[in-house]
Amino acid sequence: MAYSEKVIDHLENPRNVGSLDRNDPDVGTGMVGAPACGDVMKLQLKINDSGVIEDAKFKTFGCGSAIASSSLITTMVKGQKIEDALAISNADIARELSLPPVKIHCSVLAEDAIKAAISDYQSKKEGE
Amino acid sequence: MSVNTPIYLDNHATTPCDPRVAEAMWPYLTQSFGNAASRNHSFGWTAREAVEIAREQIAELLGGDAKEIVFTSGATESDNLAIKGVAKFYESKGKHIITATTEHKAILDSCHALEAEGWEVTYLGVGEDGRISLDELEAAFREDTVLVSIMLANNEIGVIQPIAEIGEKCRARKIIFHCDAVQGLGRIPFDVSEMNVDLVSISAHKMYGPKGIGALWVRRGRPRVRLAPIIDGGGHERGMRSGTLPVHQIVGLGKAAELAREELTNGGIDRVRRLRDKLWTGLQEHLDELYLNGSWEHRLPNNLNVSFAYVEGEAMMMGIKDIACSSGSACTSASLEPSYVLRAMGVDVELAHTSIRFGVGRFTTEEEIDFALDLIVEKVKWLREMSPLYEMVQEGIDLKTIQWTAH
Repeated sequence: MAYSEKVIDHLENPRNVGSLDRNDPDVGTGMVGAPACGDVMKLQLKINDSGVIEDAKFKTFGCGSAIASSSLITTMVKGQKIEDALAISNADIARELSLPPVKIHCSVLAEDAIKAAISDYQSKKEGE
Repeated sequence: MSVNTPIYLDNHATTPCDPRVAEAMWPYLTQSFGNAASRNHSFGWTAREAVEIAREQIAELLGGDAKEIVFTSGATESDNLAIKGVAKFYESKGKHIITATTEHKAILDSCHALEAEGWEVTYLGVGEDGRISLDELEAAFREDTVLVSIMLANNEIGVIQPIAEIGEKCRARKIIFHCDAVQGLGRIPFDVSEMNVDLVSISAHKMYGPKGIGALWVRRGRPRVRLAPIIDGGGHERGMRSGTLPVHQIVGLGKAAELAREELTNGGIDRVRRLRDKLWTGLQEHLDELYLNGSWEHRLPNNLNVSFAYVEGEAMMMGIKDIACSSGSACTSASLEPSYVLRAMGVDVELAHTSIRFGVGRFTTEEEIDFALDLIVEKVKWLREMSPLYEMVQEGIDLKTIQWTAH
């Protein structure tokens, strides 16, 4: 697969790899995808009381563009407010990484990961 | 010692042309350029003589007769000619073919084309070792079966089929047996008489010859096999394959066959096996959760096909970009489907996504294997650190119990 330099850079130097404490009430965890489909993304966001994303970590099983998409979104959402992070679309991710058409689903998965992590955070807060 | 990167461990896809092969071909492009079909001058005679020598060299590799070689553009054409040529010629005898689900696409798609014309095809499954069952073959034979086509060794997993036993069964029933021997020739001993085969597909570029040339070996005696041509024209190759013979390519195939035969006895292939074994042993020493795909016992000496659990194949290949290899992962295929060969063996789709195929070759060095081993170990560990699946397994979570969101 001929990838853009940005994809290669994110794959070779992935940003924010790791895990946050999933039991921390300020951490939302989103896990999307399936091993059978060849990609699973785990995105964790630490969000403060003003609704600002203070930290983001990811782990991804998937192809180069799946890893690059998850690495990219951690850099995009850090410092953002929840509403802004929710507004990130797969098209933004695909454009930023110049993903080939056959890899668009990776950007969709990344968008889903953001929404899943925020939803997890919000349900935790509602439960408090 | 240093190695030049990228290093080539994809010798099932193609092999470099051996310099001795290229050297042998060269004169037939420039001074000895004659048409082998020109009967009335020395240019033609020289070309024809070179072609006949090549036939002998190939026949010696296969154990057949030089007159039984039909030159083609490559193994895809040889497979098409074998399947469609036999089907057309013998269709009054019956319209049933037996093959296997793990065959090369050139076989499978030729069979699909015949199915569209009213032929019936039985696709034998394979066990988790990648081999067909002789009992299942036995049960698949019908009164109207005219052809069986089973490959010598698989291009993805390197698994060797029980060709001699299959040949015996076919011979007893007077059913024609075609064998795509492309991956196995020059890597394991093969003899058309011992194997009871009637048709054999050969490719030059899988055995250190040039691309664009192959052959179909067609048994001439006891039993004589007939074919309807799929390319019509000047009646070359005893009418089975028209077209001016590409003499330089044929010379290359002949020389490649000669060298391939030597490799079997001069220690060349033993060296390849030792390097492959060193790679596999080293990987197992340093990494857990590795799954060998296909039989170890019945395997080409140069093949290693391993699933590196929790590391997706394409990301792996990008991680080890200094090594040229292949993956059965969906993400490396245009269809986004993981390897049909691995799926046919019952390999979990999750593991199929993590498979990598290495093919050691004649020109692979020990230093390259050492380099590859270190790089693979480093990158697998790195990618597993990045893998949520590996993390979950380390935490003791059974991935099979998770409700995944399929997409």
